[in-house]
Amino acid sequence: MIKRILATAVTELHIARRNRWVLIAVLLMVVFSLVLSAAGSAPTGALGADRLSVVVASLTSLSVYLVPLVALLMSFDAVAGEVERGTLPLLLTYPVARWEVLAGKLLAHTAILVVAIIAGYGAAAVVTIVSDPAAVSGLGALWRLTWTSVLLGATFLGIGYALSSLARGVSGAAGLAIGLWLGLVVLYDLGLLAAVVLDNGGAFTTHVFPAALLANPADAFRLFNLTAAQATAAASGVGGAANAIPLWQSLSSILVWPLLSLGLAALTFRRVEP
Amino acid sequence: MTSTLTISHLTKAFGPVRALSDVSLRVDPGERVALLGHNGAGKSTLMKVILGLIAPDGGEIAVCGSAPGQAGARAQVAYLPENATFHSALTGVEQISYYMRLRHVDPAGAMDLLDRVGLAFAARRRIGTYSKGMRQRVGLAQALIGHPNLLVLDEPTSGLDPVSRRDFYELLDKLAADGAAILLSSHALTEVEARTDRLLILSGGRLVASGTLPELRREAALPVAMHVTALNGYEPDILAALPDAIRVNGGLHLTCAQDEKLATLARISALRSKVADLDVIPPSLEDIYSYFSRRDGQ
Repeated sequence: MIKRILATAVTELHIARRNRWVLIAVLLMVVFSLVLSAAGSAPTGALGADRLSVVVASLTSLSVYLVPLVALLMSFDAVAGEVERGTLPLLLTYPVARWEVLAGKLLAHTAILVVAIIAGYGAAAVVTIVSDPAAVSGLGALWRLTWTSVLLGATFLGIGYALSSLARGVSGAAGLAIGLWLGLVVLYDLGLLAAVVLDNGGAFTTHVFPAALLANPADAFRLFNLTAAQATAAASGVGGAANAIPLWQSLSSILVWPLLSLGLAALTFRRVEP
Repeated sequence: MTSTLTISHLTKAFGPVRALSDVSLRVDPGERVALLGHNGAGKSTLMKVILGLIAPDGGEIAVCGSAPGQAGARAQVAYLPENATFHSALTGVEQISYYMRLRHVDPAGAMDLLDRVGLAFAARRRIGTYSKGMRQRVGLAQALIGHPNLLVLDEPTSGLDPVSRRDFYELLDKLAADGAAILLSSHALTEVEARTDRLLILSGGRLVASGTLPELRREAALPVAMHVTALNGYEPDILAALPDAIRVNGGLHLTCAQDEKLATLARISALRSKVADLDVIPPSLEDIYSYFSRRDGQ
């Protein structure tokens, strides 16, 4: 079992390397992290937090967009691509279970995400600590951001596999992935904000709104990191709601979502008829 | 000897279309069986059912003692899809190594395997740069991994040049000699005529014929054609003696039923002094094939 999963992971790594996905993911994370750490170091003095913690708050807002995007870009082709190329029927005649195929792909894609995240956050941390050695006290927050980013990425990899299994072709899967990214990461928050403004402190704001934030893996990720770092002051918008929601709730959402999305991916892939 | 593949009363429908109805067949170890049929006759569907990729609606199938698609069956069955495709970013050796690992075979042998199908020279190139025939050979190489007991080959020689086809059938002969059962579909009738032990003809999802070529030839009882070339000036005499003959391209053409063959030959040899040449033309595989595929259904 482990051998077959590793075999698939090695093959997927070859493909990702040839298709420049490794390079693209790493470059995206490094460039944006460095830009943010440069821009985010200005307002430190006023907040009384160390520099790195402030950079982590900025990186949290960046990762909410970037990590799901990179994960979906890597995963939307996983099943639909095999179907469209005609490679799936042959693969499924091999003595390998479908979930083992998905697990192999997940392993490879997660490994790439981990490399990209560490490269990006690492670069930001090095730049920050070099300019202000006292920023070392923010390393705990950075570590928290790193492992939660990996979990967020795994969640969206699973969602990407599920969409890839549901779609009728690669282009359809790409469309679904981008649509879902826009919906969950961008429009969801805008919709919630609009509802909160309209509700003006009513039942929606106190009851529905916190649950809605926890239900979205991207929002749960942001909430957890901002609450844990008590950096809500540095954040704006939806992040400001972090105070109202206990830490264990956002942590649970972060931990449960990868299992949920990967379970969903395995279920939908099982129903694909080659 | 127990058979490698046994199918009884298999049916499969896609909505209102009956892709396979009441198909029964068996393939024994070491046997090379050709599956013939028009496009849409159900060949690929039958293969996918055998491989466990499609679930049948009814009937029983045993593949190497297991149900199709079960781990036990998959470990012993190799498949070569029609128009084999692979990820274009992988090299030949990477792709074959992957398949070897999935079968728990040491990937160190990947180069040897590619060499056996004549692809060693391109093993480290991306499959995206391969020609159709080269991709087909990668497909063939993966079907050879780990000594399978049953090979299911969907039009394996399409896209191969004549020399590669000959090499391919030599490979199959060796596999069959080692005890592997082979089920292959093909459009190249003359090719399977010489290279397989038994023919199966599918038509409209039904198995309409099964047997060796001589058996099928007898069963079809198609007329034998004879072409007689007369010595100069004797044509009218021969026509008088053989009133069924007709004049075709400077010769005389006549047909007779299988059981009249010797009698007809005797009549011709009685005219020996007037005949320059005689050709006996048995019904071709094409004739037999179209006889069976038209007889029932279609």
